[in-house]
Amino acid sequence: MESAKARDRMNSVIIHAILIIFAVIMIVPFAWMILTALKTNQEAISVDPFYIFPQSGWHWSNFATVWRSYNFLTLYKNTLLMIFFRVVCACLTATMAGYALGRLNFPGKKVAHMLVLVQMMVPSQIFIIPQYLMVSKLGMLNTTFGLVFPGMVTAFGTYLLETGYRGLPKDLEEAAAIDGCNVGQRFLKIMMPLTRSSMVSLGIFTAVFAFKDLMWPMIVCSNATTTTLSAALAKMQGQYSSDYPAMMAAAALAVLPMIVIYIIFQKQFVEGIATSGGKL
Amino acid sequence: MKEKKGMTKAEKNTAAWAYLFIAPTMIGLLVLNFYPIFNTIYQAFCKTGDFGLGNTFVGLANFQSLTVGANASEFWQSLLNTVKYAIIEVPFSVAISLVLAVFLNRKKMHGVTVYRTIFFLPMVCAPAAVAMVWKWLYNQQFGLINNLFGVNIAWISDPKIAWISIGIIGVWSIIGYNMVLFISGLQEIPGDYYEAAEIDGATGIRQFFSITVPLLSPTTFFIVQTRIIGALTVFDLMFMVMDKTNQALPQVQSVVYVFYTYAFTNGNKGMGAAVVCLLLIFIMIITAILQSCEKKFVFYN
Repeated sequence: MESAKARDRMNSVIIHAILIIFAVIMIVPFAWMILTALKTNQEAISVDPFYIFPQSGWHWSNFATVWRSYNFLTLYKNTLLMIFFRVVCACLTATMAGYALGRLNFPGKKVAHMLVLVQMMVPSQIFIIPQYLMVSKLGMLNTTFGLVFPGMVTAFGTYLLETGYRGLPKDLEEAAAIDGCNVGQRFLKIMMPLTRSSMVSLGIFTAVFAFKDLMWPMIVCSNATTTTLSAALAKMQGQYSSDYPAMMAAAALAVLPMIVIYIIFQKQFVEGIATSGGKL
Repeated sequence: MKEKKGMTKAEKNTAAWAYLFIAPTMIGLLVLNFYPIFNTIYQAFCKTGDFGLGNTFVGLANFQSLTVGANASEFWQSLLNTVKYAIIEVPFSVAISLVLAVFLNRKKMHGVTVYRTIFFLPMVCAPAAVAMVWKWLYNQQFGLINNLFGVNIAWISDPKIAWISIGIIGVWSIIGYNMVLFISGLQEIPGDYYEAAEIDGATGIRQFFSITVPLLSPTTFFIVQTRIIGALTVFDLMFMVMDKTNQALPQVQSVVYVFYTYAFTNGNKGMGAAVVCLLLIFIMIITAILQSCEKKFVFYN
């Protein structure tokens, strides 16, 4: 028995050692991003690997410089507006459609369900050229509307909510129907509140997906004052390519707000993104 | 589902509500997704005029150019690059994340939340920023990796190495996500199997291969399938890491990168549309192959 216990402890040590090595590999790029962002360019390109920390003080001014020259306030505002409208549109349209598909009977339901599934199976790149041409014809390039446009409805979200509604017990709704509630009242007062966790998952997934997207904002918002954080980084890389602290400061400014929100709500984030399945 | 004629008043009323609820999504899907599918296919047969106007029908000319004509070597190379990227990303990320998930799923494991939070971190970061950081780590002269290990490797400008370097970023970015899916799959395996195996004296490694791997196969299949499709549409990492002047670019750029270049950098929508149509066909073939593999390799109770 003693040896089994000792073996268990040994295993446990080895397993933690492996996990810690991987955790370090995950953290190092972030740490190096922050440390480089706080150095002078001279220090950043010093080839001595033991200059891990800035030698001449912490140059917080790098952040201020990048913030001003790239107008980060505008970038945050653009990104936030895009995320906000995409989340609202996705949750609103998906909860309604999901309820209809999950709980109501109507002619044409199979066709509607099939359209949702087909959209999810097709790679999204196939939509992009016509979507761009539509935004362009509407004169909506370089606007928030243009950024939100492809995300106004969501097949994946509809599917997610449909599954959520289908899993709810029948008797609740039946009791309300006997009490004289019509379909709209049943949906608003009884069913929709019960799918809150699916809605939260969809909202988080939509927000993170929109935040990470690079190609669409580059296409519809080529202007530096109308674009999002991701697309602005792509532009910046061309101009600052040898000022490493500036680039790392910009990258840090782009990802840190989302990281902070993630660490606060990490349980909801992990669930919300993991339930998304393959659409990333 | 009943025919419209035979519907009672209540059923008609329900159907009316359903149409009201589903209308925004259906109109949206038709305008934003289904019209574009057909429009893209149509444009693939057209030569694009200036400002995306004045499409002239050219039949199979775009496809011919991509498969056997002037652009064939670039297109086939990009498809090969994409497949090579997938061959790095999918097996390595799945294997590593499976091992991490099994470790974190152990009984009386400490620090699960901390590890999970750290491994999942890249999932909430914009790939554009992640790629910038890795590009800096990979820097041949001043990068951390070369200086830390005292080597002088051209991580992203040597065509023989660059595709692996990009693959490593892909693996790093996705292991946390795969791991979370594996953990929820592992939690569905009943504990009695392991207890029985323990009584029979099976070691941890033996249990892993004879219980965990077969019972987890539906989860594994799901992850492999979604990751293959995801890897075949990779764009952000290549776009951000590889400068347009990088000599290794032709050996690294993915199909979607080529699509972006044709359609939006060069403004040739017809060629871009043809590239994405060929990609769709390729993905459909891969999906069909995967579906036939599912019956062979996946163990459903």
